[in-house]
Amino acid sequence: MNADDETLLAELLEGKHRALARTISKIENRAPGYRELISKLYAHTGEAEVIGITGSPGAGKSTLVDKLAETYRERGETVGVIAIDPSSPFTGGAVLGDRIRMASTVGDMDVFVRSMSARGTLGGLSTATADAVKAMDAFGKDKIIIETVGAGQNEIDIVRTADTVAVLVPPGSGDDVQTLKAGILEIADVFVVNKADRPGTDRTVQELREMIELGSGSGLSGSGHHGADAGGDVGGSAVATQDDPEERATWTTPIVETVATDGTGVDDFIDELVAHREYLVDSGAHAEKARQRSAEEIRTLLREDVHAMLEDELERAGGIDDLAAAVAAGETDPYTVADEVLSPVEDCLAELETRNP
Amino acid sequence: MSSEQEQESIRCLVAKVGLDGHDRGAHVIARAFRDAGFEVIYSGLHKAPEEIVQAAVQEDVDVLGISILSGAHDTLVPKIMSGLEEYDAKDDTLVLVGGVIPEEDRPELEAEGVSAIFGPGTSIEETIEFVRENAPDR
Repeated sequence: MNADDETLLAELLEGKHRALARTISKIENRAPGYRELISKLYAHTGEAEVIGITGSPGAGKSTLVDKLAETYRERGETVGVIAIDPSSPFTGGAVLGDRIRMASTVGDMDVFVRSMSARGTLGGLSTATADAVKAMDAFGKDKIIIETVGAGQNEIDIVRTADTVAVLVPPGSGDDVQTLKAGILEIADVFVVNKADRPGTDRTVQELREMIELGSGSGLSGSGHHGADAGGDVGGSAVATQDDPEERATWTTPIVETVATDGTGVDDFIDELVAHREYLVDSGAHAEKARQRSAEEIRTLLREDVHAMLEDELERAGGIDDLAAAVAAGETDPYTVADEVLSPVEDCLAELETRNP
Repeated sequence: MSSEQEQESIRCLVAKVGLDGHDRGAHVIARAFRDAGFEVIYSGLHKAPEEIVQAAVQEDVDVLGISILSGAHDTLVPKIMSGLEEYDAKDDTLVLVGGVIPEEDRPELEAEGVSAIFGPGTSIEETIEFVRENAPDR
């Protein structure tokens, strides 16, 4: 690590806002030396509670995050928010607009809001988000909220960085709920029916409840099922207290009704977040999640490194454009090309193996 | 490691300060910057100077574009500049002002640390070109 990064790290740990902002920029830019910086940050992490909030555009995520941050601040806790917006696949440009709705905590530097956007590489954003969480954690934030549009696999990967994932469902979205089934039901630890003053709320809650019951009955729900003593009745959890001891250490996804614009239900929502946190710690799921996340991080880093090495190898093999042109001209096919590009790497590895059996 | 790919993008905050409800210009600029491949954060209307400073510091923007059509630039801009200084952000943030700024007020703003002032009639290309050339190298 060079002297500048040493200073940056020291300043970040001291709590200088500018240093945190600059560190996150380095993470986003993948600036030289950012890896050393993050690996140094690791020793100072592990204290923060990470909450992911996702849902369709217009579901009220930013407004809810704003109220959540305000409530945490009233309780004397510091908050970091990472707001993720899509970027244009054509120009890479993006308008990151979520700050506008975070008005309650404005002027309070202990709420650190940072907007991020995908920059090119597949899966790169989830790595960058995870690293930005590390930076905020090391900085000393008590709560870190990741907010993202739940649209596809990429977003699901991002939100998995969180310990607890809340999925927002606006009322009257019967058809949306259907589509939620596949991806988002499994990742939700808490459902939030926001805009609960609108017509259709009861029906949406009912539909979600049925979905949760179906999921737990058939064992399809990936995130676990029943929560016996998890305080799930606050949000009107359908599968309430069960006395079966084997079911005790599991979690029923509760449903909370909120009106984020006036703060109704936000306390209930926080209670559910606390309950889920307790469940995670008590059941050991928290440690397990952390292990899985580390495994995933290692895999992602390796994939990125190997990918970068292969890019170089690809250049040596004549560049992707020429190879693509050859395929287009019918001279070869993508499979052959891939084999050819990879063969020197394979030879190399094979040689290593014979040398160190 | 040589193969580490850098993925830099110019980050801009487009800000409306004070009691000034005219944001069409700011919207046009935000959109044009987006299309130029920048990451744009839009502040929303009626922001206090402290809010702009908070956003500029936390988002670590390269460029801060302040749109003012109310005539209050000579009170609001200095407040923003001293706020940036407080957080060590003044020196490496490119600050631009757009809007109706009388000729005689310009030297004062420039002395405060504003890099360029774009009045009515400035072409969008000119602004984007200026940002590309002058965005701080960090």
